[in-house]
Amino acid sequence: MQRGINTAAKEKVIFMADEKIVMAHGGGGVKMHELIHNHILSKLSNPFLNSLSDSAVLNIGSKRICFTTDGFVVWPLEFPGGDIGKLAVCGTVNDLAVMGAVPLALSLSLIIEEGFDLAVIDRIMTSIAETAKLAGVNVVTGDTKVIERARGDGLTITTSGIGILPDGVDLNINKICAGDVIIFSGNIAEHGLAIMSAREGLAFKTTIKTDAAPLNLLTKDLIGAGLNIKFMRDPTRSGLAGVLADIVEAINLSVEVVEADIPITPAARHAAELLGLDPLTIANEGKCVIVVSQADAEKVLAICKKNPLGKDAAIIAKVVDKKPAIIELKTRAGGRRLIQRPYGEELPRIC
Amino acid sequence: MNNTKIKASIENITRLCQTSGKVFSIMEVCGTHTVSLMRSGVKSMLPKNIRLISGPGCPVCVTSQGYIDAACELSLRDGIIICTYGDMVRVPGGDGSLEDCRAKGAQVKIVYSARDAVAIASANPDKSIVFLAVGFETTTPPTALAIKEARAKGIENFYILSGHKLVIPAIQILLRAGEVNIDGFMCPGHVSIVIGADAYKPIVDEFNKPCVITGFEPQQMLDGIEAIITQLVKNNIYVENVYGVAVTSSGNTIAQKLIAEVFDPADVVWRAMGTLPASGLELKGEYKKYDARAKFNIEIGQDRHIPGCRCGEVIQGKLEPSQCALFGKKCTPANPVGPCMVSSEGTCAAWYKYGS
Repeated sequence: MQRGINTAAKEKVIFMADEKIVMAHGGGGVKMHELIHNHILSKLSNPFLNSLSDSAVLNIGSKRICFTTDGFVVWPLEFPGGDIGKLAVCGTVNDLAVMGAVPLALSLSLIIEEGFDLAVIDRIMTSIAETAKLAGVNVVTGDTKVIERARGDGLTITTSGIGILPDGVDLNINKICAGDVIIFSGNIAEHGLAIMSAREGLAFKTTIKTDAAPLNLLTKDLIGAGLNIKFMRDPTRSGLAGVLADIVEAINLSVEVVEADIPITPAARHAAELLGLDPLTIANEGKCVIVVSQADAEKVLAICKKNPLGKDAAIIAKVVDKKPAIIELKTRAGGRRLIQRPYGEELPRIC
Repeated sequence: MNNTKIKASIENITRLCQTSGKVFSIMEVCGTHTVSLMRSGVKSMLPKNIRLISGPGCPVCVTSQGYIDAACELSLRDGIIICTYGDMVRVPGGDGSLEDCRAKGAQVKIVYSARDAVAIASANPDKSIVFLAVGFETTTPPTALAIKEARAKGIENFYILSGHKLVIPAIQILLRAGEVNIDGFMCPGHVSIVIGADAYKPIVDEFNKPCVITGFEPQQMLDGIEAIITQLVKNNIYVENVYGVAVTSSGNTIAQKLIAEVFDPADVVWRAMGTLPASGLELKGEYKKYDARAKFNIEIGQDRHIPGCRCGEVIQGKLEPSQCALFGKKCTPANPVGPCMVSSEGTCAAWYKYGS
């Protein structure tokens, strides 16, 4: 039986009057889509928001400004290779970078729970400063709030960012067509696995560290090189599978992925296997999916490989004119299977 | 991964099928096999005359609605923290799931092992901790260890709601019912590490069906399928262990003793299959005081039929997911109607996620 991707997501969902928010509403999958479409866009609809791109593009005078915001609630706050501060800078910078924009400035809002350790604040602020410096952006405005004990989860951070879109840059998911090639900029699944390795109750020993990094250091080499790059997106929650689902849903064409070509370290592959998770659905924070015309694919790959953030990049998939629109994975073993948008919260298996 | 070897296995299997001209119905007993066969693409490479049937080996799927209802009811009582494996949180009972209870304010914590639940009990002496003890022989020894740990440490606020089940009786009951045509069984490597290869002998003796123990790597699964078909073609039926690197004839006797020390076999309710004799485990003797059912005076009620849901037939291999009218339409991983769509090892979830 062949189905188009996520037929259910497109069906009208009937909400019960007493329905509550569940964790999966925040997991980046189908459930979050339902929340955004049925409860937020229905009230706030406008052309900028409706596009649901990583940043809104505003025309201000002769300039095109990208504007984005992101909330960070990661737990634990500090994890192998990074912390919530590094993530708060990278997350927002990356949402600008994948639009092709040059990040200009960030805002920073801290909501801190009463009793929180100041030494941890200092460590996280140092991390924010270092990451912002690396990305070449300043935090230019901010806000702090302290809330009563037990009403918050230690520390949550919101960052917003603006960037300038260089003339001529217009990445758009709808430009993708059959024959285009999909590049993944490095090793998959490392952020999500690093977080899980540090979670209370799940702690397992691994060398895996978060891949969190400001992607503008990579995208600056790609933008303005005169290459026919159609679209970029950073696969965070819901992973590569989520971004591929975004593409297939937007353009109604199929994507064929070659599992053996997806860069992954043995440590990450084994950790995902141990947890019963599919690496394709695990979060990344310093990786980019790049869709490029076939003619320019090798050139884009070569540019990526010269950059420390893209040294492990690989061509992993192509867009094909096949209906119904599906994501098909050619497996390592040589078989075929579907890839679907993840439901939401991926949980380790029980046996 | 050695793709040349995989290709050779597929060719061997295809040749065996062509020579015999028969259709072979092979049941993979365990949900981990169902998922591995689909995720690795092995299923898509097999010749058409191999029919893979998913069996009753997804622990979440076979957990009765009444069990979920009991867990939900407990979760909404004051002073109780439910500790559970993640997969259970979204399984619909008769009136919502634990996820719904959590949104209503219930304390439902996801743990990765039974011992984590004991640690939570130790850290929260003013609360009662109820661990949802589900699963087959892979998860039972850890539950037994956790109970013994609680006893050794004098932790008085730790309880389990036992939903543990046994693999062998499940296979026997399916075969005795005779409603599903099964030629042979792919037996789960991880369960077999505990119970041992010899545990399958009664099945071979009574029903003359090949039982082949395999691991979960593509090559191991193909070796298992090839072994089953070879046995059938040669009409030489026995328990074969192609996962000898991990599984022994007698299994892990320490784990077996642990189970026997803490649990007794019991008649338990399986989702949609009703009460099956000696197919599950309940606490015995001095360990009965850890039983949440007795402590909180809660009964595991009967299943109420979910209109249109055919999970019961799916877990018995009577029906393929795509034959259920709800599959992929009203029932999806985002809005699951039945347990087979919830569990990461559920047949319907695997079919939906990986296609067939």
